[in-house]
Amino acid sequence: MAKTTPNALIEVQDLTMAYGDFILQQNLTFNINKGSIFTIMGESGCGKSTLLRHLTGLKRPAAGNILFSDVDFWLSDEKTRVQLMQQSGVLYQSGALWSSMTIGENIALPLQQFTDLSAKLIDEIVGVKLALVGLKGFANYLPSAISGGMRKRAGLARAIALDPEILFFDEPSAGLDPISSKMLDDLILELRDSLGATIVMVTHELPSIFALADDSVFLDTETRTMLATGNPKTLARESDSIRVKQFLSRSISLPDELQE
Amino acid sequence: MITECALQSSRDGDKLCLTFLGSWTIHVTPCASPDIAQLFSQQAKTLCFNTEQLHEWDSRLLVELSRIAEFAASQSITIDDQGLPSGIRKLLHLTQKKTLIPPDDKYSESGILEEVGNHALGFFRQSIEMLAFTGEILLSYVRFFSGRTRFLKRDLTWFFYDCGPQALPIVALISFLVGFTLAFIGAVQLQMFGADIYVANLVGLTMTREMGPMMAAIIMAGRTGAAYAAQLGTMQVNEEIDALHTMGLNPLDFLVLPRMTALLVMMPLLAIFADFIGILGGFFIGCFSLDISPILYYEQTVQAIHINHFLVGIIKSIVFGYLVAFCGCIKGMHCGRSAGAVGQATTSAVVTAIVFIVITDAGFTFFFNLIGI
Repeated sequence: MAKTTPNALIEVQDLTMAYGDFILQQNLTFNINKGSIFTIMGESGCGKSTLLRHLTGLKRPAAGNILFSDVDFWLSDEKTRVQLMQQSGVLYQSGALWSSMTIGENIALPLQQFTDLSAKLIDEIVGVKLALVGLKGFANYLPSAISGGMRKRAGLARAIALDPEILFFDEPSAGLDPISSKMLDDLILELRDSLGATIVMVTHELPSIFALADDSVFLDTETRTMLATGNPKTLARESDSIRVKQFLSRSISLPDELQE
Repeated sequence: MITECALQSSRDGDKLCLTFLGSWTIHVTPCASPDIAQLFSQQAKTLCFNTEQLHEWDSRLLVELSRIAEFAASQSITIDDQGLPSGIRKLLHLTQKKTLIPPDDKYSESGILEEVGNHALGFFRQSIEMLAFTGEILLSYVRFFSGRTRFLKRDLTWFFYDCGPQALPIVALISFLVGFTLAFIGAVQLQMFGADIYVANLVGLTMTREMGPMMAAIIMAGRTGAAYAAQLGTMQVNEEIDALHTMGLNPLDFLVLPRMTALLVMMPLLAIFADFIGILGGFFIGCFSLDISPILYYEQTVQAIHINHFLVGIIKSIVFGYLVAFCGCIKGMHCGRSAGAVGQATTSAVVTAIVFIVITDAGFTFFFNLIGI
């Protein structure tokens, strides 16, 4: 398939998401550019997390295509799909750390399975990854022994274990206090700048959206499709959709001059 | 494309310069980690890097650099990181940032003595827990009979349905086959004395006194006891039980009471059902394999079984019902808060229930023998 946008790392073309006969969202078309921080926004229940499940390859689209650097994910064979999935790291909402393994083992597992590195070197990499997320010295703890915020950081360390090109975050700041949430946002920014990764996140935390995102898509529950795409700061000022503006300004009714 | 990685050092006065060559990534077959201490053997004061010929990099390089940085710090050598790519410079700073200090309760391997001690303490603690839980259930029933419990009638109906009608097919299948097998084995022995007809006594007595209640209880332990432990355990993981507490609903009244009542009522009925189906299995063999006339077999069975035998079975099955519900509920309510804990709770509920059933059964047999029933 011909490349439509030169910079696009992920292209979503005319995607329809459905559970059985129930159509959740349809006609979704957008690009995620290399090196950008892309947010998926929308009200609760509009299908944000489902869209993320489609992008990470956990759920097959009802219709439409998802392309990773011009390779159609669902038209590829099993082997290519696994390779594509390995190029991305996912941070799940509650960390999703494997509870029977220590934090260190959680991060070491992908390294042991997919690289030929020696055990000693893997240990060192685990140490460095933990230091990156500010959890140096926590390698021998079980996930149940640390707090929710730390579990999220540990999940992040696991997501970047294989130095992925794309990082997916599902509600990174959900359940965190404002300071931890700010620290996580800063960490995400720093990791993007230094790792050069592309970041896709689902969130409805306005401060995070404005601090991080340089591109976004807005999903709507009523019309069951996307209402807008672009930089959220620009959308907040210039979008012609009232709902997008309401969402981004956190208000139920808008001042008169905006409502026309 | 250069796939090898290499590290070279050059010295310029008290300045040591490290040059990274090739690809430093985790996917390149690893090059031996260079001995850093050797590179530093001269009295170097500052350290600089050259990465012009560095092809590509990822965490592999970062690991090497943080090792170098650590070593340099220990030798009090200053680092000039201007020669590094900007991305890795930031990452290096990030790894050196202040981190949270780990608390003390670290996960550690325990020795054999510690393990034995832990098990002994665990056994003691569990016994206390079981006693306490028994007491709580008693109190809950006191509240129940004085009409002060809150639970959903719909829940109770559902558990009755689940423990009763839903369990009939599997109980029927197993007890039919047990009666069938008993008759077969008994027939081989009794035929030697020409006492074929006593197969009816054997099957009738064994089913009503022992096998009916016991098989029904074991099936229910695997079927319903396990389900109780898994349901309650998952509720514990999801904080649903906490939610009941904070809402002012007693989880014991709300969750345990309906489950226990259902099993207490249904287990004797299932046992009676199992008795009849088991006798039917024996009847089947008696008539078709031993050529005993159906009327004779029936008469013999009716003569053999006294109402007391039935009562013994029913008393046992009520106690078994209590044990199955007790083990399922206590393991579920005391479940840990992870996916693994639910699995453990379920296994433990079934194993504990079966062990208790067999022990109690032996006790009952001894007791009834003693008082001559």
